[in-house]
Amino acid sequence: MPNIANDVQRLSLAGLLCCLLSIICPTTGITAPEVQLEDQKYTLTAGHSSLQNWLLPPQNKYPSRNSVKYAKLSLGEKLFFDPGLSSNGNLACSSCHNPQLGWSDSKKTAIGFRGMILQRATPTLINISYNPVQNWDGRNETLEDQALEPILNPEEMNMHIPTLLKTLSQNSNYKDAFKRAFPKRGITAGTVAEAIATFERTIISNNSRFDEWIVGDKEALTPRQIQGFAVFLDPEKGNCAGCHSPPNFTDSSFHNIGLASKTPDMGRFKHLPLRSMWGAFKTPTLRNINETAPYFHDGSAANLLEVIKHYQKGGIDKTNLSPEIKPLQLNDNEVIALKDFLTTLTGTVKRFTTNPQIRTSN
Amino acid sequence: MTLKRPILHYALYILASVLFQHTASAEEYTVDQKNKKFSIETLNAQVGDTVHFLNSDRFFHNIYSISEAKSFDLGSYPKGKSRSITVDKPGTIEVRCAIHPGMKMKIIVSD
Ligand SMILES: [Cu+2]
Repeated sequence: MPNIANDVQRLSLAGLLCCLLSIICPTTGITAPEVQLEDQKYTLTAGHSSLQNWLLPPQNKYPSRNSVKYAKLSLGEKLFFDPGLSSNGNLACSSCHNPQLGWSDSKKTAIGFRGMILQRATPTLINISYNPVQNWDGRNETLEDQALEPILNPEEMNMHIPTLLKTLSQNSNYKDAFKRAFPKRGITAGTVAEAIATFERTIISNNSRFDEWIVGDKEALTPRQIQGFAVFLDPEKGNCAGCHSPPNFTDSSFHNIGLASKTPDMGRFKHLPLRSMWGAFKTPTLRNINETAPYFHDGSAANLLEVIKHYQKGGIDKTNLSPEIKPLQLNDNEVIALKDFLTTLTGTVKRFTTNPQIRTSN
Repeated sequence: MTLKRPILHYALYILASVLFQHTASAEEYTVDQKNKKFSIETLNAQVGDTVHFLNSDRFFHNIYSISEAKSFDLGSYPKGKSRSITVDKPGTIEVRCAIHPGMKMKIIVSD
């Protein structure tokens, strides 16, 4: 820990110097930095046309109150926050995916049934609707496929489908809610999953300072944050955008990034047994990243500086390391700028909300 | 003795026609990988054809298939490199990249 504190101190001093320099020589800010990435040349000025691929596609309109979609969403929300979906009545989806904690849990790795410490960190649900595959290891393609898994997992909510369906159908509020949301299908495992998935798709972050800058607000990012974005993009510097690509800061690709785990987790290999997939995990989004510490699938990085330090080293345990992971040569100033840039990716999640009052225990 | 010659002729004819068919009609296709996409979504091929998978991205790709018609793992390889498969059975081969789950294409192989 004292090491990290020293580093932070040293790095912030470098950053401060850089800040002072840019104040002293304001003329240096006139030419906008340019970064070439594949076929794309980015000009880093607010609102520039080359940057528009970083904007998330627009969302569906908020459903009107009487629509079936609204009924499905509010049911999904109730289910998501309801600990009655776990066998001992004290774990809800939201216990790990807590809106107050960046839709994650701030734990190194998740805590499951009866306090069991699980192997992997809780991934955030922010912008999860943009993922072509789910989970750290991509074992589910759709959110509907994924939604029941933690509910039924004996290490997590430890529920059984017959018990779940019985509990829900004995609750008149749920019975009505399912009738409104699924007039023909009623209460089934499939409709439970569909309602939860529908709700999860509304957890969107697209109004960060970064987004404001992309659409033209010059004040939204500081010169140092723009410098950090340049480091982020530049294949010769941070080389981050290769995987943390536009618009959601991830391409959902699988890589072994060389974490030093004492108990190796096979990751993607378990579901796709190809050599390159051993120890490979899905690239997470970086949106709202400063809300979701600690980082990596094993929660081994306590903060963003530790993440950057890991990539500076080019990984620790190099067994089956992804060939994309190579040591970086960032100076202190660039590290600070990069970290500062990452903090601009946090937006306010304007999720769909009603007041979740229904509890199966009522 | 009299039967032997026609059988031999017939066998030679079969062998020649099989060889001829394969060498004369075997096509070579190149599927490019650029911007984390395959350049062709659906490729129609015939048994015996060869498909080259070129990587034109700055990133590694790892082409594979677990289809019944052909399963293979070309491993990860960088920009400028190409690896190939020869299709030897009719059917549909779903081709994927292990690294980038968004990359999908298929090869429809006919006799
Ligand atoms: Cu790929």
